[in-house]
Amino acid sequence: MKEIRIHARAGQGAITTATLLGYAYFLKGMYPYAFPNFGAARMGAPMNAFVRVDTKPVRLRSQIYEPDYILVMDPTLMRGFNCFSGLKEDGIAIINDKEGADAPKVKTKQKVFVVPATDIAMKAIGRPLGNTALIGAFAAATGQLDLDTLLEVIKKRFKGKAQEGNIEAVKQGYEYIKRR
Amino acid sequence: MKEFLEGSRAVAEIVKMCKPGVISAYPITPQTHIVEELAQMVANGELNAQFVNVESEHSAASVVLGGVAAGVRSFTATSSQGLFYMAEVLFNISGMRLPLVMTCANRAISAPINIWNDQQDSLSLRDSGWVQLYAENIQEAVDLHLIGYRLSEDKSMMLPVMVCMDGFILTHGMEAVDMPKQEEVDKFLPAYKPLYKLDTAEPISMGLLADPDYYIETRFAMQETFKDALKLIPTINEEFKNCFNRDYKDGLVEEYYTKDAEKVIVAMGSVCGTIKEVVDAQRAKGKKIGLLKVISYRPFPYARVYDALKDVPRVAVLDKAVSLGAYAPLAIEIKAAFSGKKKSPKVISSFVAGLGGRDITAESVKEILTKLTQKEINLEFIDLKPELLKEEYGE
Repeated sequence: MKEIRIHARAGQGAITTATLLGYAYFLKGMYPYAFPNFGAARMGAPMNAFVRVDTKPVRLRSQIYEPDYILVMDPTLMRGFNCFSGLKEDGIAIINDKEGADAPKVKTKQKVFVVPATDIAMKAIGRPLGNTALIGAFAAATGQLDLDTLLEVIKKRFKGKAQEGNIEAVKQGYEYIKRR
Repeated sequence: MKEFLEGSRAVAEIVKMCKPGVISAYPITPQTHIVEELAQMVANGELNAQFVNVESEHSAASVVLGGVAAGVRSFTATSSQGLFYMAEVLFNISGMRLPLVMTCANRAISAPINIWNDQQDSLSLRDSGWVQLYAENIQEAVDLHLIGYRLSEDKSMMLPVMVCMDGFILTHGMEAVDMPKQEEVDKFLPAYKPLYKLDTAEPISMGLLADPDYYIETRFAMQETFKDALKLIPTINEEFKNCFNRDYKDGLVEEYYTKDAEKVIVAMGSVCGTIKEVVDAQRAKGKKIGLLKVISYRPFPYARVYDALKDVPRVAVLDKAVSLGAYAPLAIEIKAAFSGKKKSPKVISSFVAGLGGRDITAESVKEILTKLTQKEINLEFIDLKPELLKEEYGE
């Protein structure tokens, strides 16, 4: 079983991110359970979305406290809130932040990747929605999903220009990590 | 075919396959994506139904009451405060013996305002004359709608069915769901043929005045019908298994490692999944733990519960609702099942957890097992925050 915790503000696409990741696992023949936890249920309020995935149907319905992977969609969430709480000893975190931003210090075996997902999205999609670049980075950083599966998911989820832009964003997020 | 679907989307898809002719809803929090999706399907021409947007939940329930009374299969969904605002009409629907299926996305009740999951809404309406079936996962939620329509429209029943699925956990959660084909649904659920209907060509009246000479017999008749439902639900589940190849046994309860168990937890809804995980982990360590999942809360399957638990020494009942000043709603029934009986668990302890969306973790479940000792507990709240209680009392 693998557990992913997504940190975002309401409106930044955390649920879409969980959906896309869940769908990609589903296409691989796994059993994902993707679900949100709303905070104040208002735009901008901190919220979480989660993906729990296993080779058999997931029955555990609680939130995720000891994730294998963390996605932070908005670096300002890390001011005053410990997004890394419970991250596994060998866990991986992927943070959307500006190119060259300092990565937070973590334990020896843990890994942190900073990806300029919003910048990638602005160029590829024209809107500050970094989630697709971030899942590209997730695939490259964790090896959990391959690029082709993600692209298949994007093609099913988006049409027309949004599809083109998001395909580009996923690829750039993926390659950004691979180039490191 | 297996699809990766949000719970609300999956329910909307199955409702569409049930071909309701009237759908009504009040589009505000706490509504669900279910009616939102159905509205889209109607607008797209994928579903030939009248979607009636109304000004309140009271009216939403009234519109579907009218729909069924006119002989048309109908559907609505609600939650929390919306369900409460419907309450008066819900009693009318059952009292008029109108078959209907409604989804209740289980959520907490104000005050204080809380949009999150527990089961206080539907459990508060246990006496409304509606069958109440509780889903553990999205697949079950989908299947219970099919079973619900069959049950509701059976000529020996003619009573409404509420399919209860945990808000957010199931309504907003996404997982793999095996969606049936339209022709399979058509075979299992034929078109609705009413016994009576409102028709200007042949006028009748429904829901008339019943003075003291008549009223109590209507309630007697409903009580008798609920007894019959305990036999009908297993029959329909058997047929469901043959059509869709999914086996819910008698469809009243699910026994999970109860046979030789020394401790059994009784619960309803999605938390049963979490409990199953704990049961498996404890069994792997040689501990004889089990789960009794109650699917049908109304009618309540006392005999089945008795059979399942009579030889179990210790039973814990986990409620996601309260009946303030009394035992919790599920615990009351479990205790009643053993009243005056020869065999009984030595201990039936009652625990309340998860109110207003407080997360129920595997640790919460383990805590209940730890507290399930020789000393009966009536009742204890799990996962309270002591620091908040201090503030409350102004210490």
